[in-house]
Amino acid sequence: MSVVTTIVPEPHAPPAKNYLNVSYGWRSWLFTKDHKRIALLYLVSITFFFFVGGFFAVLMRIHLIDPQGALVEPETYNKLFTMHGIIMIFFFLIPSIPSVLGNFLVPMMIGARDLAFPRLNLLSWYIYIIGGTFTMYSVIHGGVDTGWTFYTPYSSTYANSQVVPAALGIFITGFSSILTGLNFIVSIHKMRAPGMTWFRMPLFLWSMYATSIIFILGTPVLAITLFLLFLERVFGVGIFTPALGGDPLLFQHLFWFYSHPAVYIMILPAMGVISEIIPCFARKRIFGYEAIAFSSLGIAVLSFLVWGHHMFVTGQSIYTGLVFSALSFLVAIPSAIKVFNWTATLYKGSISYDAPMLYALGFIGLFTMGGLTGLFLASLSTDVQLNGTYFIVAHFHYIMVGGAVMGYLGGMHYWWPKISGRLYPEPWARLAAAIIFFGFNLTFFPQFMLGYLGMPRRYAFYPAEFQFLNVMSSAGASILGVGYVIPLIYFAWSMRYGPVAGPNPWGATGLEWRTTSPPPQENFEETPVVTDEPYDYAKQEAGVV
Amino acid sequence: MFQHIPFHPEQASSIARSVDELHFVITGITLFFTVLIFSIILYFMLKYRRRSREDRPGNISGSVPLEIIWTVIPSLICIGLYIWASSQYFANANPPNGALEIFVTGKQWMWKVQHPEGQREINELHVPLGQPVKLTITSEDVIHDFFIPAFRVKKDAVPGRYTSLWFTATETGKFHLFCAQYCGAFHAGMEGWVIVLPRDEYEKWLNNGTAGETMEAEGQKLFEERGCAACHAGGSARGPSLQGVFGAPVRLANGGTATANEAYLREAILMPSSHPVAGYAAIMPAYQGQLTEDQLLDLIAYVRSLGNEGKAQP
Repeated sequence: MSVVTTIVPEPHAPPAKNYLNVSYGWRSWLFTKDHKRIALLYLVSITFFFFVGGFFAVLMRIHLIDPQGALVEPETYNKLFTMHGIIMIFFFLIPSIPSVLGNFLVPMMIGARDLAFPRLNLLSWYIYIIGGTFTMYSVIHGGVDTGWTFYTPYSSTYANSQVVPAALGIFITGFSSILTGLNFIVSIHKMRAPGMTWFRMPLFLWSMYATSIIFILGTPVLAITLFLLFLERVFGVGIFTPALGGDPLLFQHLFWFYSHPAVYIMILPAMGVISEIIPCFARKRIFGYEAIAFSSLGIAVLSFLVWGHHMFVTGQSIYTGLVFSALSFLVAIPSAIKVFNWTATLYKGSISYDAPMLYALGFIGLFTMGGLTGLFLASLSTDVQLNGTYFIVAHFHYIMVGGAVMGYLGGMHYWWPKISGRLYPEPWARLAAAIIFFGFNLTFFPQFMLGYLGMPRRYAFYPAEFQFLNVMSSAGASILGVGYVIPLIYFAWSMRYGPVAGPNPWGATGLEWRTTSPPPQENFEETPVVTDEPYDYAKQEAGVV
Repeated sequence: MFQHIPFHPEQASSIARSVDELHFVITGITLFFTVLIFSIILYFMLKYRRRSREDRPGNISGSVPLEIIWTVIPSLICIGLYIWASSQYFANANPPNGALEIFVTGKQWMWKVQHPEGQREINELHVPLGQPVKLTITSEDVIHDFFIPAFRVKKDAVPGRYTSLWFTATETGKFHLFCAQYCGAFHAGMEGWVIVLPRDEYEKWLNNGTAGETMEAEGQKLFEERGCAACHAGGSARGPSLQGVFGAPVRLANGGTATANEAYLREAILMPSSHPVAGYAAIMPAYQGQLTEDQLLDLIAYVRSLGNEGKAQP
């Protein structure tokens, strides 16, 4: 996207007026309608939840070093994995890239001053915080022990823990996702800069658009499901409990109708981030733009048709199993297409290895493994052995941590200069990326083997023959934990002491790099005009900017 | 802790080997593509690393033939795996005729096993070597999951339903039995052993002193104690005779028919008004909450013992 701009001289100080210093005081943050400030409100909140959820994971891995359980009572262990799941999924992963990077970047990438509905945007953060408060209330008042999946009739009738506040928190937070999705869809449709046609949009916007569709169509189903759970638990209305005339498997159908697409809410945004980083650090245009864009939409649609693969061993009809197995294989294809296109983008590139690129390449590798291990689970006969075991745990952590979190961290490093106006320390960032990659694999690879050997998930204690692999996994988790703390430290450090970044430290294409860092409150001095394709790095390299 | 590190679960059932074959093929595919992608990335990383600002990357935006190739090849692999896995699953979906029947009830936090001959056990399941065994599974409370890793079988125990699985054990010995669906505080303790015995030892075990009455006899006792006999013993106008009803079609008051299998009989005992039988007034009291799952299984075993010659009647 070449836009007529003046050549900016090498910067020595951040621009005098930007969105960070335009006003001061807590009111200017808590009542802001600026999408960039709201993105930072989200950044602080999800970072808090990430470390709370991570703390529970650390306790779990310490506990599992000993087959008898080293740390806590089984009831407490059950609460640890439940709270880890609820917090990481609903309060970190789902909002992570859309609400932080998406909020910051969608208006900038389309060349707009803000999202279509700035007040709704602020409201969505408040809704998120209110939901988070309910869930934290349930943590402090004893915790929940149902698993993040809330399977009935255990959750509706048998559990003696804080199910209602936790579920209510998730119910409320869902509305924040819906508002964010609505805002993105409307903004992308109506507020693109002159000349920004659909096929000149950066792929990050395509993935945000696909994610927003799932937000809007899927989240209401989760809300309904949790509401029905609430009706049964509090008022004894027989919906899921057989003794009351209900059907326990109905819950699983409803729950996975949202929660399988939710997996793609978590991974599609990361795919969008990767599609921005790889062309920038390979200095060439992305390979197969249309294929990547349409595969995002394909994934969004197919994601709604595969929920039954969570239920192969529930005793559902074998014909149902056959249909859901076929559809689950089908969703593998668009994901494979993306991996091949990203890899092909590297061909004949001019590749440098700054931290965002290390995360992006790590993403491709780990997502490939996470995706391919999905084949074991889409195949009916092998799924029977692996369903409900540590294999599942490993598989979805490869997608959600190896994929979504690596994508999120890659994006945070890539756009940090734009967000803060400062550069993070590159050597530390590369070191952290390497530690995270190694720690992640050591944590989760042994769990594939544990699952195949038959160790069920959610066990507070386990037969001694599984100890060796569990110890490996716990060792990896301690390394991974260190890897996650390092960026927290150097990002905080760089806000004050980092070198001044300048508008475009990576020499990237894209409208967000055509304005100062940090951007002014209104994003652009004048509305940009787009005359070219995205990722035109050839022109960028030739100096015709 | 480092002495016995298994990297491969025992293969102790007739399907274990074939499931493992597929497992290893998918492992091979996973390894192949992982290594392929990693090596291409590493190769490109070295070959095309940025050497100077004068580097001029290639100007490539895509390739339709390549897109087609890497859409078609994964699709073919997926179709192949789908057919292989599904036919395995389909072939093993139903037990062969004449399988030994055993009944399993999950309950927080134990597995109760009933043998038709009267043996009852908790957290243990004795089975004979080389004979197909069909388990009928249900739950007293929440959803559990009956999982024998060495046999590659697993099925949920769903309250209010009967599910089933079957296997033929091919090795004698003790094998882990796990609950694989989270079910509350002591989920991890809901485990036990499957003990595979050679035929003669299994017979000996079945007939040892601790055996109670057969399920059929227990069922008959319940049938009389709970007043079922008053209407269902035959010769009464109030309820249908159960002689030969098992496995036979039942004409319902709403005009439909149902097969009198385990699931139907369970419903008919617990909530008779849910599908009244044609020709009889819906006067039977509901037994919901009055019978344990074990007692229901005993009653069904008794009804079953009344034979299914009735099938021949139109």
